[in-house]
Amino acid sequence: MQQIEGHETDAKRKRTVHELETVVIRFSGDSGDGMQLTGGEFTKASALAGNDLSTFPDYPSEIRAPSGTVAGVSGFQVQFSSHRVYTPGDEPDVLVAFNPAALKANLADVKRGGTLILNESAFTPQNIQRAGYTTNPIEDGALQNYRVYSVPVSRLTQLALADTQLSVKEILRSTNMWALGLMFWMFSRPIEVEITAINKKFAKKPHIADANIKAFKAGYNYGETAELFDANYTVPAARIRPGTYRNITGNAATAIGMVTAAKLAELPLFVGSYPITPATDILQELAHHKHHGVVTHQAEDEIAGICSAIGGAYGGSLAMTNTSGPGMALKSEALGLAVILEIPLVIVNVQRGGPSTGLPTKTEQSDLFQALYGRHGEAPMPVIAARSPGDCFHAAIEASRIAIKYMTPVILLTDGFIANGSEPWRLPEPGTLTPFPAKFRTDPQDFAAYRRDPETLARDWVKPGTPGLEHRIGGLEKHVLTGEVSYDPQNHEKMSHLRAEKVAKIVAEIPPTHVEGPEGGLLLLSWGGTWGAVAQAQKQLATEGKRVAHVHLRWMNPLPPDLGAVLKRFKKVVVCELNLGQLSHVVRAEYLLHVEQINKIQGKPFKVSDVVEGARPLAESL
Amino acid sequence: MTTASPLVPLTRKDFVSPQEVKWCPGCGDYSILAQVQRTMPDLGVPKENIVFVSGIGCSSRFPYYMATYGVHSIHGRAPAIATGLKLARPELKVFVVTGDGDALSIGGNHIIHAMRRNIELTVLMFNNRIYGLTKGQVSPTSELGKVTKSTPLGSIDKPFEPAALVLGAGATFVARVADNEVALMQTIIKRASEHKGVAFVEILQNCPVFNDGAYDALTGKEVKAERQIVIQHGKPLLFKGGTMGIRINKSFMPEVVEVGEGEGKVPVSEIVVHDETAESPALAQMLAHMGPPNFPLPVGILRAVRTETLTELQLDQVSKAVTAKGNGIIEELWRQGDTWTVAATQSGEGNGSADEEELGTGD
Repeated sequence: MQQIEGHETDAKRKRTVHELETVVIRFSGDSGDGMQLTGGEFTKASALAGNDLSTFPDYPSEIRAPSGTVAGVSGFQVQFSSHRVYTPGDEPDVLVAFNPAALKANLADVKRGGTLILNESAFTPQNIQRAGYTTNPIEDGALQNYRVYSVPVSRLTQLALADTQLSVKEILRSTNMWALGLMFWMFSRPIEVEITAINKKFAKKPHIADANIKAFKAGYNYGETAELFDANYTVPAARIRPGTYRNITGNAATAIGMVTAAKLAELPLFVGSYPITPATDILQELAHHKHHGVVTHQAEDEIAGICSAIGGAYGGSLAMTNTSGPGMALKSEALGLAVILEIPLVIVNVQRGGPSTGLPTKTEQSDLFQALYGRHGEAPMPVIAARSPGDCFHAAIEASRIAIKYMTPVILLTDGFIANGSEPWRLPEPGTLTPFPAKFRTDPQDFAAYRRDPETLARDWVKPGTPGLEHRIGGLEKHVLTGEVSYDPQNHEKMSHLRAEKVAKIVAEIPPTHVEGPEGGLLLLSWGGTWGAVAQAQKQLATEGKRVAHVHLRWMNPLPPDLGAVLKRFKKVVVCELNLGQLSHVVRAEYLLHVEQINKIQGKPFKVSDVVEGARPLAESL
Repeated sequence: MTTASPLVPLTRKDFVSPQEVKWCPGCGDYSILAQVQRTMPDLGVPKENIVFVSGIGCSSRFPYYMATYGVHSIHGRAPAIATGLKLARPELKVFVVTGDGDALSIGGNHIIHAMRRNIELTVLMFNNRIYGLTKGQVSPTSELGKVTKSTPLGSIDKPFEPAALVLGAGATFVARVADNEVALMQTIIKRASEHKGVAFVEILQNCPVFNDGAYDALTGKEVKAERQIVIQHGKPLLFKGGTMGIRINKSFMPEVVEVGEGEGKVPVSEIVVHDETAESPALAQMLAHMGPPNFPLPVGILRAVRTETLTELQLDQVSKAVTAKGNGIIEELWRQGDTWTVAATQSGEGNGSADEEELGTGD
């Protein structure tokens, strides 16, 4: 927490209110403690207070690992600020730990001198031992470098709810709301909106709503009355572009981006999907939107997910499937079919740690090679990568537009970090998105299934049901014009070139590469969900006086047509990515250019400091 | 310009594509193709609304030979592709053409799920009990002990009984017919095509090259009256010219009996009467499991039950959603959840840096 100006005195309490620029809070507890909800509610309050923000939930892949163990710790981090926020923050200023395991799992991340709010009631000998401590960290001096507030949250929650008819178990479920109340006080948030939200959430269980409100208020009042805290804080509203905002996760943005794309294309949306972490939310979100012309089909497996989408696309829908790495592997044969059929399809891969089951709930960017090359045969596909939660909306629309215009499957890469992370998203002004109505061929005159548009090389999209255009297509190589089966060697070579050329033509859609910062020095090159951390790192290094610029890629295939020339204007290029160097490999191969690498492969997003510290010596050695 | 289907009745020729048919001479597939082409005009469905979807294998070349819309897809996946197509376009008539390897081995998962969903697809499975396209390996319907190129010492994998498998998966229409029974095949294809729900037709198909004579013991002229029992709704299960029949014994097991009056014979009133519409699949399952050496092989329609279909349920959900929420308006979708508005005055009125101007756009 950077204190940016002097404090004012709270006349009533003789307590100070410090104004802060930026705060990072992490809520952490057992996976059953309601951390995602607590973090989400706090985030909403911050958004309504006008802060810019970015969040990152971090949860274990086990739904309920043994309680009290480090394996079962679930966390939710939010950075909120009166300035622009690019990431959920490197180091929490405040850690709210619901038990010893949560403290153990997160302490190393907390800023030195940061604030720890600990649920003292959960620091029982048994929990202390389960977390792997030998002595109570609150008492043994292990936390002396932090400001520790040890508060018996569970006990105080029980006291606050003593006069309700609820069981102890039910009462303890409100512990998180007590802590939320305390944080509302600490950061001067108005409580009315939250009370309304609780009432709405538990509209069918008013006694639970009452209990949660009581616990929430008790936590708030505790901050105000207890002599424990000498100050509370306020983070002023950020200067934000006018408009209407909501907080959005990448997965929600992808889902509504696809619905929007379908409307812009004047098509129904067909979703063939199979549940897989961290992509499932997209299917779940879309399943609510049948009245928007969305057909969702939870298929029997990943293969059927994409195959049903191919069927939907053949039938004339904007079709999509969504998955993560292992599911992508299963879909790869069908991707080849979509390539040779030359039909529009959007495949969303929410990347996670691999290989195999890997790290299902953790983020990574290690599916770039798979997206670019993971098919048999010469099977080129456009690949586009979203850079932030809100950007998933625009990337989904772009992927759909290209799929239809060029009659091709398109891969949209997001990742666990931006898919589950959230940020304020400005709603598009009605009418500002350009429609791209799909055209279907209906004229039987001179029809040939693989006759191409000379500009885009796209073939005609023909819906079954169109009289006079009955024809057969399939996975066997096709005649260059008629689409009938052809084993002719020259024809195969011609078709292979045409399929590649068609995808290469998409460069016409890519705007000139934007360079942030001065040319001639070090260039940070990033792609996908690492945008925020790398953008922030560039700013920090520039502040230090380093000659550092940043280029971020959205189009991974084809690459921007000017990228080679741009890269050559720098003394040194360093590729920053969450893998062992996949884009680095592509850039070297494509431009015969030596590039440096900053890589991280821990299932976690970049911290700004990871990039800053990796790039600083390179910038200094220019 | 679009030209609607002519109002003059279609004929078999209207369904013959210009593609040269490339199956081996004598293949059972020729007969199936001919019966399907003959049946199509009777369905009353405009030609442009018919789609044939297939996977991989000899049988899966079928769509190329039909002058309708068609997709020759990838191995085993035809039911999945057809499911997507039918959900997206419920008004189309969608056929799946597949084989024993395509449907029951690599595509087994898709077949059973198509069955349980009762999606309106007509599945024609050509069962030649061998992998033909790859030149003669054991298939999931090859009999135990079968010597093939991949099982030189005989197959040790027990085969599926296709009809029993799909009945177990909830199929609402199941039929079986041999490739040389032209009239019965036409009847069955028509009934299957008109069935509201998923229809599965197993066609016993001879592969003259890699499994020739696989069905001779069932389909040969001299033996078929004894080895096949043609089942008909509402009729007793009789065969061999009505002299033999199927009775259920006290252990609820079928047994073959001689029918008639007199010593050792059983009156026809004791013979099981076939009911293809029975809600329980028990009778159909019993028939599916019957067969040589102790029983004749039942052919005909084992089950034909009308229950709600996937597309009906889907359309119902859509219409209820539209009734409840109205036709979706995209701006409302964007707004769902909590929103807040930043007014121009709050935004620093141009005092913000370019960076701040960009803030929160997410684009």
